[in-house]
Amino acid sequence: MAYDKRFDGRKFDELRPIEAKVGVVKNATGSASFRIGKTWAYAAVYGPREMYPKFKQDPEKGILRCNYNMLAFSGSGDRVRPGTSRRSKEISMVTEKALLPVLDLSAFPGAVIDVFIELIQTDSGTRCAGICAAAMALADAGIPMKDIVSSIAVGVIDGKIAVDVNKEEEDYEDGMADIATAMTTRNGKVTLLQIDGFAKKDELKKALEAAHKACEKIKVIQIKALKDKYKVNAK
Amino acid sequence: MSEIKINEREIVVPGEIIATGLDYLPAGFVFREGDNLISSRLGLVSINGRFIKVVPLTGDYIPKRGDLIIGKVVDIGINGWRIDMGWSCEANLSLKDATSEFIEKGSDLTKYFDYGDYIMAEIYNVIGSKLIDLTMKGPGLRKLGPGRVIHVNSAKVPRVIGKQGSMISMIKDATGCRISVGQNGTVWISGTEPEKELTAIKAIEKIEAESHIQGLTDRVKEFLEKNK
Repeated sequence: MAYDKRFDGRKFDELRPIEAKVGVVKNATGSASFRIGKTWAYAAVYGPREMYPKFKQDPEKGILRCNYNMLAFSGSGDRVRPGTSRRSKEISMVTEKALLPVLDLSAFPGAVIDVFIELIQTDSGTRCAGICAAAMALADAGIPMKDIVSSIAVGVIDGKIAVDVNKEEEDYEDGMADIATAMTTRNGKVTLLQIDGFAKKDELKKALEAAHKACEKIKVIQIKALKDKYKVNAK
Repeated sequence: MSEIKINEREIVVPGEIIATGLDYLPAGFVFREGDNLISSRLGLVSINGRFIKVVPLTGDYIPKRGDLIIGKVVDIGINGWRIDMGWSCEANLSLKDATSEFIEKGSDLTKYFDYGDYIMAEIYNVIGSKLIDLTMKGPGLRKLGPGRVIHVNSAKVPRVIGKQGSMISMIKDATGCRISVGQNGTVWISGTEPEKELTAIKAIEKIEAESHIQGLTDRVKEFLEKNK
């Protein structure tokens, strides 16, 4: 059975509805929420603050520490076991590496910037939603950045490129490739690229092109959310 | 071919191109990439002749030499005090800069500044944003007495103070409170009545929330008259 029509009736290059908001956690230095379809991520940035234990400090530049966490009730019925797991550790690490290339932490020697990403509802693409939220939260926290990172998961299903896959598509019975990407759209540099499944070389190329277009759309929404924080106050 | 893409006093986000061409030069929180001048912070664009800079709207206080700050004593060592002023590392206030009195060897330093005391001090040296030295020698630099301490965003401090202190003296006159504002965003308020102190706090919070919108002074004046 060929995959001609997507399960939720979207076009193949269509994103799920996105909602972004900045300044959602008042106590944090910077914070943001990012909702794409049914996936909903909150990110809060604390710091720069002094890094303890002291031996982990870097005297030349600051350190970025990300923490990805899915809440117990966030999945589609099954309780997610709280605390760190092998999966959340990995995603924390790739998030860190996706964000670090755009950050300039040379002004914060011996300090750490903590990024907490909490997912209150998940429907695939959680790491991508987390990265989008974290990038906005870091900008809101006033950390010097070269660009804003946008992120999207692209699927290859039966040779078709489907942007922003949801859980139903991810569980496609004949198998699919789930490609999580993050990039800086100004110069198109890729900061995250993970593939779950198999994709042919030309499929991967097409998927990356589609991801770049989708990231440009997401970036517009991210920028609007950041600017809106200061427009709302006007009323 | 130089061109400004974003006008003065408009909000920019990190990575946004403010201007193109080599005629303009990057200043604070703006960097050059090829032909483009790009912002690295969330803030307002400010163009001064050929220089383009971004005045940040968010973010922590960055210590600068000559700034007057309000800090809290968090540690006492052999040769001075450690002061927390909201930056990622603590500042150092050494014995010789703390007081003009002669401090005898081995004397109890809590006599001068105890743990948890708030002080107003001047930054006189910053080495690579890691080592910060404070001094208490200067007009108005003192230990702060009983009062309330609130924190505002350090980017908003110039607006809280106003042009030549106009805003802060308006609040002082209206509430009768004594107010000290540190460049790091810590504000100390001491008044005769708690209600007056709370009015002053609310006024300062209002300034912080609405500082980037024009006509701020009038709105604060109106607010203070309403809450007299």
